[in-house]
Amino acid sequence: MKNWWKYLSVALLLYVIVVSLNTPLGPGLTAVSPENLNTGENSEIKVIGYNTHFRNNPPDMQHPGVWLESDGFHLTCNNVEVIDDQELHFSVEVPDELPSKSLHVFVSYDEGTFMLPNAFRAEQSVKNDQLKNEAPESFSGSVTAFYFPNREILRESIRNLMFHVPMWFTMMLLMTISVVYSIKYLSGLNPDHDLIARQAVNVGLLFGILGLLTGSLWARFTWGQWWVSDTKLNGAAITTLIYFAYTILRGSINEEQNKARVAAVYNVFAYVILIVLLMVLPRLTDSLHPGNGGNPAFSSYDLDNALRTVFYPAVLGWMGISLWILQLRNRTERIKQQIENA
Amino acid sequence: MKTLLFLILALLYSYDSFAGGIETSMHAAGKMNVTLGVIAIIFIGIVVYLFLIDRKITRLEKEIKERQS
Repeated sequence: MKNWWKYLSVALLLYVIVVSLNTPLGPGLTAVSPENLNTGENSEIKVIGYNTHFRNNPPDMQHPGVWLESDGFHLTCNNVEVIDDQELHFSVEVPDELPSKSLHVFVSYDEGTFMLPNAFRAEQSVKNDQLKNEAPESFSGSVTAFYFPNREILRESIRNLMFHVPMWFTMMLLMTISVVYSIKYLSGLNPDHDLIARQAVNVGLLFGILGLLTGSLWARFTWGQWWVSDTKLNGAAITTLIYFAYTILRGSINEEQNKARVAAVYNVFAYVILIVLLMVLPRLTDSLHPGNGGNPAFSSYDLDNALRTVFYPAVLGWMGISLWILQLRNRTERIKQQIENA
Repeated sequence: MKTLLFLILALLYSYDSFAGGIETSMHAAGKMNVTLGVIAIIFIGIVVYLFLIDRKITRLEKEIKERQS
């Protein structure tokens, strides 16, 4: 089994696609109506859940517990009525004074306690920071099924973690291979090392472009725009351009040995810039991406265990596929050189 | 290559023109289609890349044949 790693990466990706598309999302709240509350009035409110089972209540609890929260001040809701598994109706008396204009809604029942942050606005309320009271008793949830976290804004698109993020991991791997072979070339002047360095950049660019395109689509439907001015996005775009410049630089020098040497030196600098733009800068400034602004990515908060069991195989699988493509390119290029030298 | 590009564009166009277009469909079903779109982009990208390698190998094969004859 000489090519075991190719079979392994295909198997890993198969597992990733099947599991990442079949694992259900955990329960969560998606919408309320109306979103504006009148102060000093009793409002009738409807809340919509996603993958929730509101009918699923323990016998000692007739209805799901529903309350609103505004900066530590809790408003218990009355007349909770379960319409179906995804819909609840209730009424709430909003006082004139609130600590903050925005209110979160909590629903607590058999499956756990779920929150929709900033679900309501109470425009005419008087600001009163002194208001505080105890939170109502909440269920910690009895369901232990394997599911992905239901995050606000992300929803089902959280599965993109297995496809968009490994593109960048793979690009980093290929650019690392490239810079290693560039340094090897500079120390030994073996043309084959230059060939591998060049092909690794080429395949790395494919994954960089795929990362940019998939990220752009994901950003459009979560952050609202195809491109947002974010440290990581701009850093990734500049890195991709720098490596494009590498291929252009190669094309602009005619003499073979000269070309290889200049390109190898350029590659070392390009790698340093890649590390600064993709690894260092996003950690120093705020970013929309998780795990930036101080913390390294994939802390326990950002990535839960269900996601991890699929994410790590995904990274390995995509890396394996990229190495396979790199090997195909290297072999093609070597045949080409043999023909030219013959 | 041109046929492939044409097919992709035609697919996108037909997708956009039914059921309210991309905008509504992406937000439907808990944004599930965003994931499908991302998978489609990666799949198309890798397939296009394979076509490019394929073309390169075809050129090399032709060259070998010419030299042998």
